[in-house]
Amino acid sequence: MGEFLASTWYTYNTLLYTIFVNGMLALSIYLTLACGQLSLGNAAFMGMGAYTAAILTMKAGAPFGIALIAGGALPALVALIIGIPTLRLSGVYLAMATLGFGEVVRVAFLNMSITGGSLGLNGVPAKTEFWHLLLVMGILIYFFVKLKSSRFGRALEAINEDETAASVMGIRTTLFKVWAFAAGAFIAGVAGGLNAHFTFFVSPREYGFEFAVDILTFAILGGTQTFWGPIVGSTILTLLPELLRFMGPYRLALNGLILLFVVIYLPNGIVSRDTFKKKADRG
Amino acid sequence: MEPETAFSAIGEDLICIGRVTVFLQQFANALALGSVYALFAIGFTLIFGVLEIITLAHGTIFMVGAFAGLLAVTKLHLGLGPAILTAMLAAGTLGWVIDLVAVRPLRKRSFHHLAPMIATIGCATFITSIAQGLFGAEAYRFPFDFVPATSYTLGPVQLTLLQLIIIAISFAFMVIIIVLLHKTKWGKAVRAVAENRRTAALLGIPVDRVYQITSFTAGALGGAAGILTGINFNTIHAFMGGPMLHRGIAVVILGGMGDIRGALLGGLILGFSEIMSVAYISSDFRDAVSFGLLFLILLLKPAGIFGRTGERKV
Amino acid sequence: MLKVQNIIKDFGGLRVLDGVVFQVAEGAIFGLIGPNGAGKTTVFNIVSGLLQPTDGRVIFNGADITRLPPHAIAAQGISRTFQNIRIFGEMSLLENVLVGMHRLFSYSPAAMFFDLPKKRTEEKLLREKACDILSLVNLEDKADWAAKNLSYGGQRKLELARALATDPKLLLVDEPAAGMNPAETEELMDEIVQINRRGYTICVIEHDMKVIMGICGQIAVLNFGELIAEGSPEEVKRNPLVIEAYLGKEG
Repeated sequence: MGEFLASTWYTYNTLLYTIFVNGMLALSIYLTLACGQLSLGNAAFMGMGAYTAAILTMKAGAPFGIALIAGGALPALVALIIGIPTLRLSGVYLAMATLGFGEVVRVAFLNMSITGGSLGLNGVPAKTEFWHLLLVMGILIYFFVKLKSSRFGRALEAINEDETAASVMGIRTTLFKVWAFAAGAFIAGVAGGLNAHFTFFVSPREYGFEFAVDILTFAILGGTQTFWGPIVGSTILTLLPELLRFMGPYRLALNGLILLFVVIYLPNGIVSRDTFKKKADRG
Repeated sequence: MEPETAFSAIGEDLICIGRVTVFLQQFANALALGSVYALFAIGFTLIFGVLEIITLAHGTIFMVGAFAGLLAVTKLHLGLGPAILTAMLAAGTLGWVIDLVAVRPLRKRSFHHLAPMIATIGCATFITSIAQGLFGAEAYRFPFDFVPATSYTLGPVQLTLLQLIIIAISFAFMVIIIVLLHKTKWGKAVRAVAENRRTAALLGIPVDRVYQITSFTAGALGGAAGILTGINFNTIHAFMGGPMLHRGIAVVILGGMGDIRGALLGGLILGFSEIMSVAYISSDFRDAVSFGLLFLILLLKPAGIFGRTGERKV
Repeated sequence: MLKVQNIIKDFGGLRVLDGVVFQVAEGAIFGLIGPNGAGKTTVFNIVSGLLQPTDGRVIFNGADITRLPPHAIAAQGISRTFQNIRIFGEMSLLENVLVGMHRLFSYSPAAMFFDLPKKRTEEKLLREKACDILSLVNLEDKADWAAKNLSYGGQRKLELARALATDPKLLLVDEPAAGMNPAETEELMDEIVQINRRGYTICVIEHDMKVIMGICGQIAVLNFGELIAEGSPEEVKRNPLVIEAYLGKEG
């Protein structure tokens, strides 16, 4: 009985951790979506963060906090390098560049010796405590609350709605888009670092295009008008597979259907801006 | 000249001739690979040019084409020609269905510009997952000797029958598409819609029909690329669409978005870059070549090689 | 104040602007008129940096701004509205105006994150100013509305308010009367005159000459990308080329 309880706790413990990590990933893609850009590289950024942090704690004995920050910084730097040429261009170029980039990162993980090749890294030390996740999530939520009512948040929203009009208002649109993309990469990297230190391994197969689509689905299902949307969306979709285990290999098909359905019939997602408003405010 | 050095000079000459032969041989391989890339990318760029969307389901269509061709051969015992037609029909129909289900509903109202792209990701994920459920993750092959392993020698270059077929069919389709676009009434309608949808509608062009026909045609070209790739590498699996999509994107950006000649040239360039990098650098990073090329072009000449500067739509 | 010098603009093989020259004097209301498709909006797009001219220069207060990006031109003090209204529909009216004020804010991301006094005072001050600007176009009572819920005329006014919020020296107004009834048009023209009296130089595009005859001191007429006349409304009205452009040869 005791054993059963312990194992149950262990299972749900992991699930709870995963909800937080997925929430962070959803927020990481939300930052780019919030300025009208689609990043399909956030799974790769997560992977870079996971490897970087794990290598630092395993091989260099770095303190966990430093490893996490480095795990965020490296993808952010890479995002700057990809973002600066891509985000000068309009609309869809970031999506296409990050799609290709994700593939390159996967190939690199598989072929480099420091990442352990196709075996990945095993025996990553258990360092992630529940309060770490709470703290990071807390900081993120605080950040997004502050962002919303600031000149920066308004600029991102304006760019999302009409980039041309925003630029005429004196907003440096490229700067903001690059910044949002890099900040998203940072968040994804930190989430990857946290994830690696409670799953105890990093595998090169986890960070491919499929997971990028998962992350996108989190955000789209929840809605990208407010930052609560991605959090709600990721929580639902993290719990859903537990309920839908019987679907087996067709689980991803469900993701596809959700994306399609939500984009067409529920374009604002589950949590929209209007969710927080009284009817009277809508005029 | 000392005999020894003279001899080594001849040796170097021989090596040099050897290198040229290897190079020419690679040239043939690259041509076969590149022409399929071009075929794939033309469908992709056609959709962008006419429907103004990036269809991230084009890789999936490619995969479905390959499987349809395979099933036509293994289950219906069809020959190469009918199998290619089956692949094109299946993939074209899928392209048409995706337009109907995922893209058309988004045309009617003003949606966010990312919406159609995300909808096509949804389709791609759904179909890939179904294919994985049906066929598993393993690779399928065409029957042994489906295309006889005959080869022809053209000077120093050996071309297999398969390569000849691939190059001939790809170029035939590309020529047909270009002729259709420029010499027929249908082509004129498509180009008018690509130029300006609203004006075309005012001129009485059935815009919606043009979209459907374009989606079907692009899908069919993707399906042809699918079966040709399947035969070329003799491996077909549920995830073969992803890598091809990356290449298609690289080709289309290289050639300029929506530019058919650009897609043709871009496909050949990518084919050559890949073959040459595998031959002279390492095969590990073959999949990374397309991204490297893509990134380079975004950095240097984002409007593509023909460089029609993309005026911002204001 | 604004000097447009020999602007040439080609789209593909088509020449849409051919050597356009005009000057806008400080404090004026300048009218840029011409039939539909004459290239008026293209002139605005070039001045505001959304398009690059094929040839020619744009001088603003003595500085060459020809190839600057839009945000840099906005920083020089040029703002504009759009013919097909481009407000931020999901945002509130107040937020729309605050976006217009973007370049007047200066607090750092750190000030945002830690809620520093600099951020709070700036936000408070500029929010008050934004309300003032909204009241200038009689929209202050709807400050919390989502902009998309405004009437058509209201959206035009909001766009004007948002452009004013950037604190421009020169305001480019693109067909403000498009889609409005005569009463609304008159009200809007009054508002433009009011704005001008507050010290803003204004350049306004219109295809219907009558609408702006009364408010402009100086008018330039564009036809098929070429400047065919420039002068006071009276002079322009009597110019045979202008009459021909508007009425056709037979008219």
